[in-house]
Amino acid sequence: MGNRIVHSVSLGAVLFAVWLVLSGHYTFLITTLGVLSCALVVSIMQRMDLIDHEGHPIHLTWRAVTYIPWLIIEIIKANIDVLKRILSPSLPATPTLLRVKASQTSDLGQVIYANSITLTPGTISVDVANGEILVHALTRSGAEDLMGGEMDRRVTKMVGEDK
Amino acid sequence: MSGTIIDILSWALILLGAFSLITGAVGVLRFPDVYTRMHAASITDTLGAGSIILGLILQAGLTLVAAKLFLILVFIFFTSPASSFALAHAALSSGVEPILDADLRDDDKESSS
Repeated sequence: MGNRIVHSVSLGAVLFAVWLVLSGHYTFLITTLGVLSCALVVSIMQRMDLIDHEGHPIHLTWRAVTYIPWLIIEIIKANIDVLKRILSPSLPATPTLLRVKASQTSDLGQVIYANSITLTPGTISVDVANGEILVHALTRSGAEDLMGGEMDRRVTKMVGEDK
Repeated sequence: MSGTIIDILSWALILLGAFSLITGAVGVLRFPDVYTRMHAASITDTLGAGSIILGLILQAGLTLVAAKLFLILVFIFFTSPASSFALAHAALSSGVEPILDADLRDDDKESSS
């Protein structure tokens, strides 16, 4: 129960921070309306039972700080690789369909892993079922990198499910 | 002086973004099927959009506009994989067969013979 209050307060704070950035008008009346609309959204989400660690994963914030920079570097490397392939006249693509194991036990962990795969150019997750992700890779070497499992390990570590 | 450096950096980022958007579009035209084309399209919403928005943030300086641009970047980062997944999943479940490595070689043989 206490956990739920923490999540509600933090969701309200995030919503209001977004409102502050997007609004740009800070008179008393408009700010009050902003606070009220954020409170309304939080109360609707509470009634829909959507406020939990899955919908609003604040417990991951600090670990994400180390994961996201690594992911961004991977994305840039993959971008350069795909750019080179598009621009080379022979179009050297070796499309591969493969299943990789997602070792995360929670839905949230698997979603983060599948989204990280999709966000990296050259690999797209096509289906998620039974702890496995069906991935379409642009190249065989990209598929082999994924089979190496470094991203899987890092996501598992980030969601705190490594033993 | 520091203004010039920021200008150069921001224009380098914007040009890099424009280059990757064009290359992504070329890739969409050159690749053979839905799935491989999506790989090309994913360049545009990571490196393309990312570096253009970073370049624009440098142009905006420490203003509310920069914060809004940063929010756009964050939202793209979270929503684009969801839409890509939906598209790829819809293609596969409605029976679009991906062209795989071996098929590609067969096509080459047929076209060359």
